Amino acid sequence: MNIKRVGSIAAIALVGTIALSSCASNEDAAPGSSSSGGTSLSGTINGIGSSAQGVAETTWAAGFQEANGTGVTVNYDPQGSGAGRTSFISGAADFAGSDAALSDDEIKSTFAGCAADSKAIDLPVYISPIAVAYNVDGLKDLILDADTIAGIFSGKITKWNDSAITKLNPDATLPSASITVVHRSDDSGTTQNFTEYLAAEAKSVWTKPASQTFPYSVGDAAKGTSGVADATKNSKNSITYIDESAATGLSVSQLVVGGTATKISADGAAAVVAKSPLVEGRADNDLAINIDRTLTDSGDWPMVLVSYMIACDTYKDSAKGDLVKAYATYAASDAGQKAAAAQAGSAPLDSDLAAKVATAAATIK
Amino acid sequence: MTASAESPTKTATPPKAVIRIGDRVFSLATVLSGSLILVVLAATAVFLIVQSLPALTAKPGQIPNDAANFWVYVGPLVFGTVWAALLALIIATPLSIGIALFISHYAPRRISQLLGYIIDLLAAVPSVVFGLWGVLVLAKFIQPFYTTLVNTLGWIPLFQGPVSGTGKTILTAAIVLAVMILPIMTAVMREIFLQAPRLHEEAALALGATRWEMIQMAVLPFARSGMVSGIMLGLGRALGETLAIAIVLSPATVINVFLLTSQNPNTIAANIATQFPEAQGVALNTLIASGLVLFVITLLVNMAARFIVNRRKAFSGAN
Repeated sequence: MNIKRVGSIAAIALVGTIALSSCASNEDAAPGSSSSGGTSLSGTINGIGSSAQGVAETTWAAGFQEANGTGVTVNYDPQGSGAGRTSFISGAADFAGSDAALSDDEIKSTFAGCAADSKAIDLPVYISPIAVAYNVDGLKDLILDADTIAGIFSGKITKWNDSAITKLNPDATLPSASITVVHRSDDSGTTQNFTEYLAAEAKSVWTKPASQTFPYSVGDAAKGTSGVADATKNSKNSITYIDESAATGLSVSQLVVGGTATKISADGAAAVVAKSPLVEGRADNDLAINIDRTLTDSGDWPMVLVSYMIACDTYKDSAKGDLVKAYATYAASDAGQKAAAAQAGSAPLDSDLAAKVATAAATIK
Repeated sequence: MTASAESPTKTATPPKAVIRIGDRVFSLATVLSGSLILVVLAATAVFLIVQSLPALTAKPGQIPNDAANFWVYVGPLVFGTVWAALLALIIATPLSIGIALFISHYAPRRISQLLGYIIDLLAAVPSVVFGLWGVLVLAKFIQPFYTTLVNTLGWIPLFQGPVSGTGKTILTAAIVLAVMILPIMTAVMREIFLQAPRLHEEAALALGATRWEMIQMAVLPFARSGMVSGIMLGLGRALGETLAIAIVLSPATVINVFLLTSQNPNTIAANIATQFPEAQGVALNTLIASGLVLFVITLLVNMAARFIVNRRKAFSGAN
């Protein structure tokens, strides 16, 4: 009896071990089987970072694998920009996706995955216009300027028929209802870029500095892009700021840029990024961009988020370097940008900037 | 003779217990599992304390939300955690007592069994589902009622405006929490009500008591400590609930008791869940330190529950 019982426990343990260990067995693809794409690349690279880039990274990973055969694997874990940069610095990730370029302090740190004396570089690969989206019955073509947006989101304008809004929209029928402001409850790159724009263009109204955390105690907070979209769709007379790709089902406001009402457009967003200067004092192949929020050319959309792929200049493991180089080149390529635009709703890079990114990516070793 | 003299001495020393391999393995396994709990708890505590230290000693400006020090940062969160859990308890306690009494003393056996299963099933629903239900269905549905409440009873501080336009208020979060803690509270209370001595109940009925009077006289006094332990279990779960709150609540850095506005105090667990992905450096330590505070709060609640349950061990269903 006893031996039987012990035996059955042992059997359960054995079966359990086999069952658990077999989970991972499909992960290790045989290195020899990577001939279908016809390239010499093989191996796995892991990225961690921005959730805004999540869909685009998945698209690129799929496209990249299709082009290079089954021997290459790209994993991307959208834990967040901060987590991505930290993991990249500590060597836990081979590249990072981040809504902000490495800060001056971060760029001085030692990167565990990079070769000694090698630094990390920022490659802008993902551009997303930020929309001011609203849910008001019967209101179609709302026009807002930076001051009015700042007024609404800082709580100084509380009614839809406030004189500041009626002045910009003389023909629209605006309800007398209160404005329900919806903003992010979690720290995010979208908030960072939105507040950067307002802090630059509406200085007199938006008196707080740009930050990842929404700075005013105004309106309702919701978690994540989808949470904000749902909250806005579910409540009448609400308004929010959101990545354009997630604004489906909501009306999107026009923005007064340089005196003319401008419709949101991928080209306008890409144009602003292309015209903005690079951050000074960085390596030649580091393309961190200092977005110029004050551009006023026709069609420009300065409320824009740029997300970077952060990689080593020279990797400790040169095979990894080759993979990251090929992957970054693909992401910045016309095909990669178009695929991301189709899947994630991003704005494709301006061709000049794309060429610059390709040149910079080619220096990765 | 010698044999008969020896035999009583033999029986006086008890025979050596036979220890089989199964006994050894089993006792070893239980000792190991028992001590593993302590090791895990100690490891968690050490991790929390070590990781918290930079936040506890941080200079002003390093802590998120422009807080002067860690305690200023965590204050509203502690308040929000306790406040949300308390509101949930206020809603869930009478409900769970009612459901448990219905199952144990009113419903026909078949219905009570079915109801018991359904309540247990509710406990198996993941919290993210409750969260999504709360934000997509409940908040939208209940928002007009909030508007009416603020318009008619706005002079009461609890219902002070301006009303939240999305319905993502602390009251909505408390309702969702209440639904989530209902199963465990009901299950504990049902067991205790069923344990009420049958003789007492019959005696009360024989003396001419109505069913309600019988429950008042025979069941509730007997079940008091068990009810408290049920409530404490619910409180424990409500304090630690993360995802549902993170999804439902519209948080702000405030301490207030307004139930229906957009500016609600956040809970510790939900705050960690929302801020963790983008937290770095001292901000990360701050989040972990707030986790330590939650750890201490839950520990205190559980110890209080233990204390109350142990005081009247014999009558509680939790032993």
